[in-house]
Amino acid sequence: MSTHTTAAGHAPASGWKEWVLTTDHKRIGVLYLIGSMAAFGVAGLMALIIRLEQMELGMQYVASATQYNSFLYFHGAAMVLAFLIPGLTGFAANYFLPLMIGARDVAFPRINAFSIWLFYFAIVLALLSFVIPDAPDIMWTGYPPYSVTTTGNTAFYVFTVHLLGFSSILGAVNFLVTVIYMRAPGMGWNQLNIFVWTTIAAFVLQLIFIPVLAAAVTLLLFDKYMGTHFYDPSAGGDVLLYQNLFWFYSHPAVYVIFLPAVGILMDIMATMCKNRIFNYKAAVYAGIWGIVAIGGIVWIHHLYITGMPDWIRLGHMVTTLLISVPVGILVLSFWGTLYKGAITYNTAMMYAVSCLYLILLGGLTGIPLAIPSMTVHLSETSYVHAHFHFIMALFSAFALFAGIYYWFPKMTGRYADGPIATLSFWLNFIGVNVTFWPLFIIGKEGMPRRYWNYEMFSDMTVFGYTFQQFNTIATYGSWIIAVGMLLQFMNFIKAAISGPVAPLNPWGSKSLEWTHTASPPGPGNFGDTDVVVDENWSPYEYNRG
Amino acid sequence: MRKLLSAMSGLVGTVLLSSQAFAAEGNGLAVPNQSWERLWHEVIMDITVIGVIMAILAVIMLIKYKASSPDQLGTAKKLTTVQSIAWALIPASVFMADDFFLAANGWTVWNDYRRVPENAMEIKVTGYQWYFEFTYEDGTTTSELVLPHNQPVVLRMTSEDVIHSFGLPGFRVKEDVMPGRITYIYLNPVEIRETFVQCAEFCGNDHSVMTNAVRVVPQAEFDAWLAEAANG
Repeated sequence: MSTHTTAAGHAPASGWKEWVLTTDHKRIGVLYLIGSMAAFGVAGLMALIIRLEQMELGMQYVASATQYNSFLYFHGAAMVLAFLIPGLTGFAANYFLPLMIGARDVAFPRINAFSIWLFYFAIVLALLSFVIPDAPDIMWTGYPPYSVTTTGNTAFYVFTVHLLGFSSILGAVNFLVTVIYMRAPGMGWNQLNIFVWTTIAAFVLQLIFIPVLAAAVTLLLFDKYMGTHFYDPSAGGDVLLYQNLFWFYSHPAVYVIFLPAVGILMDIMATMCKNRIFNYKAAVYAGIWGIVAIGGIVWIHHLYITGMPDWIRLGHMVTTLLISVPVGILVLSFWGTLYKGAITYNTAMMYAVSCLYLILLGGLTGIPLAIPSMTVHLSETSYVHAHFHFIMALFSAFALFAGIYYWFPKMTGRYADGPIATLSFWLNFIGVNVTFWPLFIIGKEGMPRRYWNYEMFSDMTVFGYTFQQFNTIATYGSWIIAVGMLLQFMNFIKAAISGPVAPLNPWGSKSLEWTHTASPPGPGNFGDTDVVVDENWSPYEYNRG
Repeated sequence: MRKLLSAMSGLVGTVLLSSQAFAAEGNGLAVPNQSWERLWHEVIMDITVIGVIMAILAVIMLIKYKASSPDQLGTAKKLTTVQSIAWALIPASVFMADDFFLAANGWTVWNDYRRVPENAMEIKVTGYQWYFEFTYEDGTTTSELVLPHNQPVVLRMTSEDVIHSFGLPGFRVKEDVMPGRITYIYLNPVEIRETFVQCAEFCGNDHSVMTNAVRVVPQAEFDAWLAEAANG
């Protein structure tokens, strides 16, 4: 990505300073991409070790249960907080949102630069947990009293959350102001790219809910290191207070990840189908904002087995099931966008199509989990584990990869498509199915999450096969993904340096980032002329006139 | 099409649930784990039908609308206002109908899980890192959970250290065990068998090996076992 060119005769600052001191939203986006991919790599390695350990009963590969638990902690915390959220709301939003609305940068470029460096400090802090002797071993959820009484260093978790929280809140304010005040003249709200809408929605959620998470983990810090008793029942505290606060944020956080992924896919599908978004207004106002409206009142479904009062468990069963209404409307928009389209297949579109499968599978398998009388058994099993990997982790990660292939010519001027890209897509797609389908099957029979040993289940079989055999297949699947991802990253690097040169608008998109900017766009994005759009302009009008 | 689906799954569900009254064996009381299996099959049928139909539609469109040249444009028309509203409200109503149908059935099964009959035997469960301890009505404390056949049981549970979860995969139930709070699980052991409890909430290093034996035995055998445990 060193092919970045500067326009208007500015002499580029020398070498590393050009990146470290940058306030350019595109470079900050690229920095987010690098940071989140690094987190993905390390957290993915943890996943490989976890899967390897589960392949057989007993302890074979990790040194101790403590180490296994700290790997689980790192995998969860890094994938959610340092890969998915920064990848989608950091990289994709930073690089493409200002381009899509015709802005020359974000509203507060220096605050934007501050956000990215808070994010990098958080990654460094998280990585330090590998070198300290008492790594956090509290899962990414950090439930007290365990997180208070453990010898693991909970402070690393708390401060990582603080730094990422600050980074996200600053980003949220920045992007909301940018979209409200810096849209190109003439651009009305119903002319925004779906990705812009989903990013706003995600940042509204971040702005409302992050402070609650910050409060929850700060009280955890006080309990552990300053002798307070917020979560300690022996002195009047309550262990469930933390879980309520934590999930009050962390369920909406699922939509912070899910929504921008939907936005990326809508943009890719409209472009590759050369078709309008089906029922745009319903997708935006009922789908996206419907999720924002209901997303904050479903968190008890993470506490279905914690002895919460029956009335609230049943109330949240209804609200959780009703999430299927806005999600269903978004699904109809995906399906309807294919209708009478003119579909071109390339790597970005293949990832997008695989996401249609993932949203269907991940979304529908969530329906049993919305019902408390199902969850009394399914909770904390590998069924849950497989469900949220499909709908949150894999759907969003595949959407992000789709976005990288889609925007690769914009960022580098070169295609990342090719035989290696196709091969790595198929390896990844087959790999995730081989990994997570067995977990659905044994999860229904009780296979627990977060176990390195499952000796008590050794007598049980499903379809005549033992849990260990299913786990072994899942582990083979994780190796397929590992090969696919390695090939993919080698392909990205190779393509950025020597991939086939792409024209300015290789997919024939109508969106501003393709029609009005160079590849990659220079400082100020749009050269000397400001972008103005007329009232009939839309990023999705392909067959008009 | 979707309406038809919802009606179909509704029909199947009604048939499944109406068989409930005849399914109870032994003591005539609801057996939560049997209700669980029925609801599971109903929900799986519901989501499988929706999933298969949507998948088929997607595959058909992905093949049918493949562009013949890169310059080809989609030909779908923009929806009129009435069409837009209809395409939002009608599917939303269908989804909501299915949601409320599932919620109602979920609620019925929930009552099977949570309504404890008057004659239930109470056993106290205490969680420790990393084992469970059981205290019977006569004060006998054991490390094995033995239940008399056909006797409804309520487990009153708390923890002495961190959060655990009392997971009984054989009974299709689990509930967290927490310091400072008392939770309960209702069991109706209508089947003589040996199974186990496993900890289902992360609780530290030996979480994965935190397990105790659970046995359902005839009443006479239970009485003998309890007497022996009380003396031992």
